[in-house]
Amino acid sequence: MKNKYSIFSLIKNAFSYHENWQKAWKDPVIKKEYDAIIVGGGGHGLATAYYLAKKHNMKNIAVVEKGWIGGGNTGRNTTIIRSNYLWDASAGLYDHALKLWEGLSQEINYNVMFSQRGVMNLAHNLQDIRDLKRRTHANRLNGIDAVYLSTEEVKKFCPIINTSPDIRYPVLGGTLQRRAGTARHDAVAWGYARGADEMGVDIIQNCEVKGIKRNGDEVEGIETTRGFIKTKKIGVVAAGHSSVLANMAGLRLPLESKPLQALVSEPVKPVIDTVVMSNAVHAYVSQSDKGELVIGAGTDDYISYSQKGSHDIVEGTLNAILELYPIFSRMRMLRQWGGIVDICPDASPIISKTTIKGLYFNCGWGTGGFKATPGSGDLFAHTIANDAPHKLNAAFNLNRFISGDLVDEHGAAAVAH
Amino acid sequence: MFLITCPFCGEREQSEFKAGGEAHIERPKQPTELSDDEWAEYLFMRKNIKGIQFERWNHSHGCRKWFNVVRDTSNDEIKSVYKMGEKPPTI
Amino acid sequence: MSKNLRVKTSKFIDETSRVSFKFNGKTYYGFKGDTLASALLSNDVHLVGRSFKYHRPRGIMTAGSEEPSAIVQINDNTSLTEPNVRATEIEIYDGLEATSQNCWPSVNFDIGGINNFMSPLLPAGFYYKTFMWPASFWEKYEYVIRHSAGLGKSPTKPDPDIYEHKYIHCDVLVIGAGITGIMAAKTAAKNNLKTLLLDEKNEIGGSTIYQDSEHVKINDQSSSTWLENEIIELEKLDNLEIKTRTSVAAYHGYNYLLARENLTDHLSKGEKQNKVRQRLLKIRAKKVIVATGSLERPLVFNNNDRPGIMLSSAVKKYADYYGVATGQKNIFFTNNDTAYESAISLNKKGIKVESIIDIREQSNSEFTKEAENLGIKIYRSHTVVDTEGYKRINKITIMELSKDGQSFTSSKKITLDCDCLAIAGGWTPAVHLFTQSGGKLKFRDEDQVFIPNEYPSDQISIGSCNGDFEIDDIVKNTLKTLKEFLNIKKTNYDDLNIQCPKDKEIRNIWLLPSDKVLGKTKPFVDYQNDATAKDIKLALREGFRSIEHVKRYTTTGMGTDQGKLGNMHALGIIAETAGVKMGELGTTTFRPPYTPLTFGTIVGRNVGEYFDTFRRTPMNDWHIEHKAEFENVGQWKRAWYYPKNKETLHEAVQRESKAARDGAGILDASTLGKIDIQGTDASELLNRVYTNAWSKLAIGKCRYGLMLNEDGMVYDDGVTTRLDENHYIMTTTTGGAANVLGKLEDYLQTEWPELDVYLTSVTDHYATASVCGPNSKKIINKIIPDLDLSDENFPHMSFKNAKIGNVKCRVMRISFTGEHSYEINVQANFGKSLWEKCMEAGEEFNITPYGTETMHLLRAEKGFIIVGQDTDATMTPIDLQMDWIVSKKKYDFIGKRSLYRSDTMREDRKQLVGLVTDNPSEVLEEGSQIVADTNLKPVEMLGHVTSSYYSPNLNKSIALAVVRGGKNMMGQKLFIPMENKNINVTIVDPVFFDKENERLNA
Repeated sequence: MKNKYSIFSLIKNAFSYHENWQKAWKDPVIKKEYDAIIVGGGGHGLATAYYLAKKHNMKNIAVVEKGWIGGGNTGRNTTIIRSNYLWDASAGLYDHALKLWEGLSQEINYNVMFSQRGVMNLAHNLQDIRDLKRRTHANRLNGIDAVYLSTEEVKKFCPIINTSPDIRYPVLGGTLQRRAGTARHDAVAWGYARGADEMGVDIIQNCEVKGIKRNGDEVEGIETTRGFIKTKKIGVVAAGHSSVLANMAGLRLPLESKPLQALVSEPVKPVIDTVVMSNAVHAYVSQSDKGELVIGAGTDDYISYSQKGSHDIVEGTLNAILELYPIFSRMRMLRQWGGIVDICPDASPIISKTTIKGLYFNCGWGTGGFKATPGSGDLFAHTIANDAPHKLNAAFNLNRFISGDLVDEHGAAAVAH
Repeated sequence: MFLITCPFCGEREQSEFKAGGEAHIERPKQPTELSDDEWAEYLFMRKNIKGIQFERWNHSHGCRKWFNVVRDTSNDEIKSVYKMGEKPPTI
Repeated sequence: MSKNLRVKTSKFIDETSRVSFKFNGKTYYGFKGDTLASALLSNDVHLVGRSFKYHRPRGIMTAGSEEPSAIVQINDNTSLTEPNVRATEIEIYDGLEATSQNCWPSVNFDIGGINNFMSPLLPAGFYYKTFMWPASFWEKYEYVIRHSAGLGKSPTKPDPDIYEHKYIHCDVLVIGAGITGIMAAKTAAKNNLKTLLLDEKNEIGGSTIYQDSEHVKINDQSSSTWLENEIIELEKLDNLEIKTRTSVAAYHGYNYLLARENLTDHLSKGEKQNKVRQRLLKIRAKKVIVATGSLERPLVFNNNDRPGIMLSSAVKKYADYYGVATGQKNIFFTNNDTAYESAISLNKKGIKVESIIDIREQSNSEFTKEAENLGIKIYRSHTVVDTEGYKRINKITIMELSKDGQSFTSSKKITLDCDCLAIAGGWTPAVHLFTQSGGKLKFRDEDQVFIPNEYPSDQISIGSCNGDFEIDDIVKNTLKTLKEFLNIKKTNYDDLNIQCPKDKEIRNIWLLPSDKVLGKTKPFVDYQNDATAKDIKLALREGFRSIEHVKRYTTTGMGTDQGKLGNMHALGIIAETAGVKMGELGTTTFRPPYTPLTFGTIVGRNVGEYFDTFRRTPMNDWHIEHKAEFENVGQWKRAWYYPKNKETLHEAVQRESKAARDGAGILDASTLGKIDIQGTDASELLNRVYTNAWSKLAIGKCRYGLMLNEDGMVYDDGVTTRLDENHYIMTTTTGGAANVLGKLEDYLQTEWPELDVYLTSVTDHYATASVCGPNSKKIINKIIPDLDLSDENFPHMSFKNAKIGNVKCRVMRISFTGEHSYEINVQANFGKSLWEKCMEAGEEFNITPYGTETMHLLRAEKGFIIVGQDTDATMTPIDLQMDWIVSKKKYDFIGKRSLYRSDTMREDRKQLVGLVTDNPSEVLEEGSQIVADTNLKPVEMLGHVTSSYYSPNLNKSIALAVVRGGKNMMGQKLFIPMENKNINVTIVDPVFFDKENERLNA
């Protein structure tokens, strides 16, 4: 049994100069065979392993990670969590996740600092207003706590936004989901890893999958840089690299992997205490507990695995930030980085079985996967354990690209007319 | 930001161009003959290669011409550029 | 009166020009050329700020951009305020006001200092382990955490300064104007290469320019004298541009670099006026020479963070360059020879150096000998185990190191008084830009440095950033590399005669031992974030192995200095503790920018109205003169409505809508996309991209078309007119124009190159006025009397060429309102006069200008869709009940196949219908949801209201909606559940007005 983390354990350990803390997770010896292997040690993969062990009693499982856990998009995103999605299927999925977030720190005994500081989405033209109202109505009927705000209410909730009617794209209104917010991204990976490890899950880092071995239409195991590992169930949660894994199994996915960038400013005292998103001008901003402004930029339009995007994208984002927050002009960009996001044609994820028995994919989260982490892990674990989807992820199957039953979240953000 | 040599205009900033995804996915001549599966393959399924990719680019802020590029998507190094209809180079 | 520690005159400081500034409210004086740090030090001020976590007093550690501790808020409470400014970089000017950060009420007495006593409870990552109970309290805990974190304060007023961008293309970019950068730049320029030389400091010359050691000679001159002459020569070169105060922020692929040129931050308020503050240089260089030098390493030992503890190189620079003594009782603490060089330099200026603590057992260089000769006491094989002095160091305790460097020979301690401890831990090549560009490093074991190994683009690294630290090696290797790189045989420097002492002995101990257990000590690795060696060890103990994990868990290297000082120690301690080789461990990723970059610089002029292009129609001025309110549609400004006598939107739209049907209305339709299509296969192209057939459209006729995406969803719509056999003009939606053109070009160039078709965007070439209503014919007749407007000659959906005076125009008889109407297109520059002519001619018929809102209302009365409002990229033409426009005969068109997938053929898809409210005066909210059963939990949503208006022509509320299976639900009662009530509605035909289309020919 691991030390339970609490103020008391912290005090107790202070007396021994913190020399007696146990490992948060071990460095396991790889077994020859597992009941299931999760490929990808990001938040989603680790959550999947955690819920497989916790809810489906699968303890002989492993997470294999080519680098270090949480080192991909988990550690590179802008940590926004919300569930105010338009379509019923999306609302169900993301609100399931949001509910799990609400008890996550206690569930895994690791403070993921889920901060329900609210997320605002701004409207800048009349169609934005229609779209946001539509979404707010749908949210309300789906039991999601979204409200529509007038420009004055936007200003009141976040006084530093420039709501002058004279700016290039004035703020005409917005929506607010108060239960939404941010969390500490690294902690999510570490907390799930620690929890999974405690239940016996092997977390194998620095182990890259090089091949997926099949026997006819069934999987037999994975070839890795640390040798062959036998298993009958493989859950791939490899984000930007999903297609690379799919190609190993002879599958093609409806994905394109593109650069997505983000940046933080130098830390300052609290200046913005909510999350504000503007799709129309492309400016997402919040402030971390440390005081940095956390700003999400957009994706480039080309496929790339370089983890680098073009400067124009960063510039465009900061243009929009200064349009809405002219007081930030003298703030300084401290750090900028890129990740690789796997984008589906309908901007919705895939949590699905495949045509190969024992091979499951959880991918296509595009630019917004972090918020779904607990829900995604829970539902993917269910899908793997039962070889059938949970009703909350049934719509997010691969077959929708064949039948045409897409969950078109970005179509819902409508084009200008 | 990489540089792309437009076969019509010469070397330009990537920001002058628009990416068009995987190249050499020909629109089926007889779509009605295809099964839903086959149509989905054309419509949505992509190789999404990490490594040498043959892809389409459009010089959207220049001559507006479409052409093909061979690029290593792991480091964005461009290996070759060729016009539409030309035979892809062997790389 | 504070002490004056200016000990010598310096040619780099203008002592004739005294500058007054305030620090924490107190007035001090310095000289032009001083940084805030050098000016404060000259006034014997060391305590500058408080640390991030423990609020420990901190001073000035460095003399450059790597400074972790001396960061201040400048010009507080003004629009020019700026947080986290490095005192070591900002040059003082008259009126500068700086204050300490992260302390309250003052830097001298800071309540937050209590955190230092709490520190046993605040190890790395403590916040992950606690604040979880009770769950609902996190918000309160977080409030406290957030308010105690965060360093400086954000500005609260918009920035009055201006910024700009400059694009530079050069043959050779040289980054860093130290001795090697200068040699490289001069060589490149002399070889006819267009060269740009950048340096972040206000003067070029690097550390050589103030080097005054007798032991270092170039051609028998002191190295600084030699370099001064070089600089004089350099400035004469035509091919060379030199920019100082210019810091390279990012090195991207393909030799694309971003640099920030600071133009006014060193000027007084008056001098700054109307000048560009900072300029972002966007540089595309054929070749890049990185000569960024190296950064001195601190040493990691207990309490190594007190004010007065500084890098040895900084102490030297303050003395040699600024003429400032950083203390009156200086002690050096070193693991290599450079500290001796500095100590000698200080001693010669009369600045007292008490002793040198050297962890090495021996050193026999000329420097050490000279230091001994000068009477400086040297403690070899000794290490500092502790320091004292809360707000300024006043004592150190030293002990003799064992052979292995991990413990002590005896328990004997020596205590020494000092007011400045200069620490010298060796050098770290500044490889940040090199790795940003994608370069791979290798680890050199003998002196424990990472140096460039594989270059990803056309670039080299020279000098100490390439791992050469002795001036003779530097010059020799630089010349060799440079010749190969620039492909030249000879340089001016081939016969230089260089003398310098040779002793590279360095004893590297990443974490120096203490006589106390580690847990009781505070050996800082990251000064700004208060991360200590024990935090790093804790992270390792808890299973964090990778450097990235340790960095994130302990926050090492994540401060505003990005770990320029401490990252190597973090790596070293990890390697030692985990028993791995440093070379295998690798480094963390160096992310841009090298030093933080203001948002203003990145944005440049793209602020305010320049944030995005405005597109305005030729009639825009008229709309403004007539008090129109505007709507943003894409980049266009469109007239939304024309309020008269303080009308509300609703009142104006009711009036406009009524007038358009009762008399005449006029709309500026210039923003609609227009694509000119020519070629023998023009009809074939339309056949392939529209859902309906085009081959049989007669010349002079117009036809409405619907365009799908390949996935079968409605993409755009508009009327296309056949002007001639092989000539069409297509209209698109206002927002969709560019995308439609792009899509058509894509198909033409890549899928159907055999088609003979040419496309030209002509949206901006024409201005369009649409005149509608029962009086429209009379009005057009007045303007174009020659045109036969009879229904026989000019029926609905046809087009005529005509002339208004001498101006050619195209007139289309098409209607988006259901009224008899004409669209007149003229060359754009005649747009305003066309509009005025229409208004003049229409005056007697009460012509009423109407905006987009009325247009939307009128078309909704007719059940015409607006793509993007009534559709959302999930609607097929069948869903829109527009089956009539989908050709059954055509073998193929874009999107056709997708209409026959199992889910797109389902009967229960959402379909476009009309809605009326039981209460005819109740107008539905656009976007509201539709349900059949309000008692169901969860509520099942059938669809939503896409368009909704009060129709003055029907005297009731009308709406368009998409409803699941709506096609077969005519007459069915449904509900719109609002927050406080349910609204009863009935599904009706979406055509509300003039179902028989009688008014088209009225």
